[in-house]
Amino acid sequence: MNIISFFEKNGMITSFLFIAIIMLIADQISTRLLRKKIPGSAIAILLGLLLAYYGGMITGGEKGIADFPLFSGFKLVGGSMFRDFCIVSTALGVSFPVMIQAGKAGIISLALGLVVSFVVGICVGLAFGYQDAESLATIGAGTLTFIVGPVTGSALGASSDVIALSVATGVVKAIVVTVFTPLVATKIKLDNPHAAMVFGGLIGTTSGVAAGLAATDQKLVPYGALTATFYTGLGCLLCPSVFYLALKAMI
Amino acid sequence: MLIYGLGLLAFSYLAGQLFGDFLGEVIGVQANVGGVGFAMLLLVLLHNYFQKKHWVKSNFDEGIGFWSNMYIPVIVAMSASQNALLAFNHGILPIIAGTLIVIIGFALVPLISSIKTTHS
Repeated sequence: MNIISFFEKNGMITSFLFIAIIMLIADQISTRLLRKKIPGSAIAILLGLLLAYYGGMITGGEKGIADFPLFSGFKLVGGSMFRDFCIVSTALGVSFPVMIQAGKAGIISLALGLVVSFVVGICVGLAFGYQDAESLATIGAGTLTFIVGPVTGSALGASSDVIALSVATGVVKAIVVTVFTPLVATKIKLDNPHAAMVFGGLIGTTSGVAAGLAATDQKLVPYGALTATFYTGLGCLLCPSVFYLALKAMI
Repeated sequence: MLIYGLGLLAFSYLAGQLFGDFLGEVIGVQANVGGVGFAMLLLVLLHNYFQKKHWVKSNFDEGIGFWSNMYIPVIVAMSASQNALLAFNHGILPIIAGTLIVIIGFALVPLISSIKTTHS
């Protein structure tokens, strides 16, 4: 009997067990070593990222630790279906009056988040010597999320290494948001639903917003998700069209 | 019944995501537009309606609550299956662009958040 293929066959259940172990270790580190200064959930997410890096290094795959057969269930449990299902389930805690009050700021943050990300990406692209509108727009789109980058790049016919750069940029963004949100949350007054909606619109990358808010305060998750859920779709709409044409007119 | 709560959650999720995919198709993008948001809205509205009708009985809400408590474990699994290596082996451009935009985003949060206080 092959023990690895046994765990692979029961992948989802196996991943429940390993996630429980990761959370247990994280909670112990939080209470015993750090006197709860950093919440256990933030440490667990960080441990997850370290495992992902290790998995990528050993297997050379794209799915972090999930590329080991033993951890293959992480692909399902950590995939977008479970993530979005859990985000939706948090909606029952949402207060409508707060949501409506924050609506205006939410929409402004969403528009600003899209434009500012694109512009920052282009500036960095220019600084690195890229001059054609297609490459710059692709890098700008990657600065939105790691989905918008390749969608824009393939729509505009950018080269494959520029597309790879844009995906990498989106992944860096998601990881930086995940790691630093809980650390800066009090400084940027990210402690109420209103600010969480603004945060979701400005940052936009669903994985980063979801993980960053989870590590900060779970009650804020549905508010951040509410604006962030429009970010990638609108980005895919605007980057290869309006944003690209505006950029092309300026170059 | 717990399964009815779970069923309502599943219905809201599917309907919302389907609408998000549909919307993406209509405006011609290869992505879901607002699916999670529509699903959340639908869940809240239907749950309110069910409560008014007195259909929310015994452990109905546990079928939904379980999944909101599973949120952090799922996010841990998500971060463990990210392509984290990719972020660091494409040179310095992705690191600069990806970090810079987050710093700017963080800085804008308190500025845009203040929009409520000046208008209400």
